[in-house]
Amino acid sequence: MVKVEVKNLNTWFGLLHVLKGVTIDIQANEILSAIGPSNSGKTTFLRMLNRLNELETNFKMEGLVNLEGKDVRAIDVELLRKKVGMVFALPLPLPLSIFENVAYGVRMHGMHNKGKIIERVEEALKKAYIWEEVKDRLEESAFKLSGGQQQRLCIARTLAVEPEVILFDEPCSGLDPISTAKVEEAMLKLKENYTIVLVTNNVKQAARVGDRTAFFLSGELVELDKTEKMFTAPADQRTDDYIRGKFG
Amino acid sequence: MRNSRRSEKIAFFFLFLATLLIVVPVGLIIAIIIQKGLPAINWQFLSDMPRSGMRAGGILPAIVGTIYLVGGAILFALPIGLLAAIYLSEYSRDNLLTRMIKLAIVNLAGVPSVVYGLFGLALFVVFCKFGASILSGSLTLGIMILPLIITSSREALESVPDSFREVSLSLGASKWQTIRHIVLPNAVPGILTGTILGLGRAAGETAPILFTVAAFYLPQLPKSLFDQAMALPYHLYVISTQVPNVDEKIRYGTALVLLFLVLFMNLVAIIIRYHFRKKKKW
Repeated sequence: MVKVEVKNLNTWFGLLHVLKGVTIDIQANEILSAIGPSNSGKTTFLRMLNRLNELETNFKMEGLVNLEGKDVRAIDVELLRKKVGMVFALPLPLPLSIFENVAYGVRMHGMHNKGKIIERVEEALKKAYIWEEVKDRLEESAFKLSGGQQQRLCIARTLAVEPEVILFDEPCSGLDPISTAKVEEAMLKLKENYTIVLVTNNVKQAARVGDRTAFFLSGELVELDKTEKMFTAPADQRTDDYIRGKFG
Repeated sequence: MRNSRRSEKIAFFFLFLATLLIVVPVGLIIAIIIQKGLPAINWQFLSDMPRSGMRAGGILPAIVGTIYLVGGAILFALPIGLLAAIYLSEYSRDNLLTRMIKLAIVNLAGVPSVVYGLFGLALFVVFCKFGASILSGSLTLGIMILPLIITSSREALESVPDSFREVSLSLGASKWQTIRHIVLPNAVPGILTGTILGLGRAAGETAPILFTVAAFYLPQLPKSLFDQAMALPYHLYVISTQVPNVDEKIRYGTALVLLFLVLFMNLVAIIIRYHFRKKKKW
C-alpha cells in the first residue's frame, strides 16, 4: 500500500532550486532511507512530508505530495504533523522534564485526562526503549540525559502523539556507535507499526536498516531501489561511486 | 611571548580600571545618600503628611503617589508591550517595514522624557480630558517605558532557540500553543529584566509627570485615579530648589526613600526572575 506519494516535486528557497522533479512512492510499513552528500536535498525532501519547509518565508514548491491519496496542503497542518512525526538530527529535548517532554504533544492535541497521559507517556517510552533507563527519574530535566538517551526520548515524544509516518533526519549524526545501534534497533521494531523515512549521511546505516534506498544528488533522485540491489548492483554509476565512497 | 604577556597585563589594567570607574561613583552616591539621609528616616517621616511648607513632617503622599504611578505605568505598559513584542518577534514577516518599526521602537527609548511629558499633556490631560491626574501620569510614564519593554521582551523572545519552535510545531502544536507553552516561559527572565529597567525609569523620572499629574504640595492621599498626586522625584526637586530653608537631611532622606523604593520593586522582580531561571532546564 502506498502511504506517501511524491510526484514531480520541485522546491525553491528564494532563487535556489533545491529539489528537481522528484517522484517517489513510500510504502506503508517500510523503512525508506534517503542517502546522498550534503546539499543534495534529502532533508528538504523529508521536511516536505510534514510541511516544515513552509516555515521559511522564501519557500516555494511545485508538484504534489500526497498522504494516503490526499494532498498534504489540503490537510490541516497540525493534523498532518500529528500524523507525520519527526525526529531531528540533533537530540532536541524541549526545556521541560523527561515526562513533560513526552506528554507535551499529547497535551497540545487536547488530552487532559491525567491517567491517560501517564499511560501514553509510559507506552511511548517503552516503544523507544528508554523506559527502563528513565522510569525512576521522570521529573528530572531532559537535558540531564546522555545524547543517546535524549535522542530516544525524542523518538518517544514523537511516538506519543501516535503518528503514522515517522521522519528521521540523520538521527544518529551526533551519537556514538552504541547509542546508534539502540536507535537503529528501535527503528527496525517501529517499522512493524509505522512507515519510516530515514535521511542519513551514513551509507552503512542505510544498508543496515533500509528496505529501500533512495540516492539523492544535487536535488535529483538518481536511483531508488531495494536496498540489497542498490548496494550490490546499482544501476547508476554515480550511485556506485557514492556508495563506494569515491565522493561524499 | 613576553609581548603577549605584557599586552595581557595592559588589557587587564584597562578593563579593571573601567569597572572601577563605574563602581566607585555608584558606591559613593549610595554612601553619601545613606549617610546624609538616614538621620531623617523615622516612622513619622514615612507615614506623615508634609508640614510647615514641606520643611517638616513626612513624605507619605509622595511615596504613595510614586507607587501608584509606577504600578499604573507597568500595568499599562507590560501587557501591551509584551503583546507587541510577541507579534513583532513571532508573527511579523521580516521585511523592510518591520525592520524600520523595530528600529523606530529602539530609538523611541532614547527620546528625552520631557518630550513624553508634553505628549502626555497634549493627549491625556487635554485631548482625553483626564486632567492632571494619576491616570494621565501613569499612561504617560507607561508610554515612556513601552519601547524599553517591547525591545527587551522582543530580544528575550528571539533568544529562545528556533529549534524549540520547530520541535513543537513538528509535534503538531499550533503556533500559538508553541508560543504560549515553549517560547514565552523561556523568555520570562528576559522580559522581567526589561520590566525592572522600566520600573526604575518610571519611578525616577520627573519631566513626564511634571505636566500630567504632579502636585506641588498636596497633603492628602489620592482618592481616585483622577486625583492629582505628589511623587517622590518631583517632591525632591521641589524641596531642593523651590522651597527655601529645607533641612538637608529631609532632602537626602527623600532621595534615600526613592532609592529604596526602586530597589525594593526591583527586588520583587528579581525574585520572580530567579524563580523562573531556576525552572529553566537548559
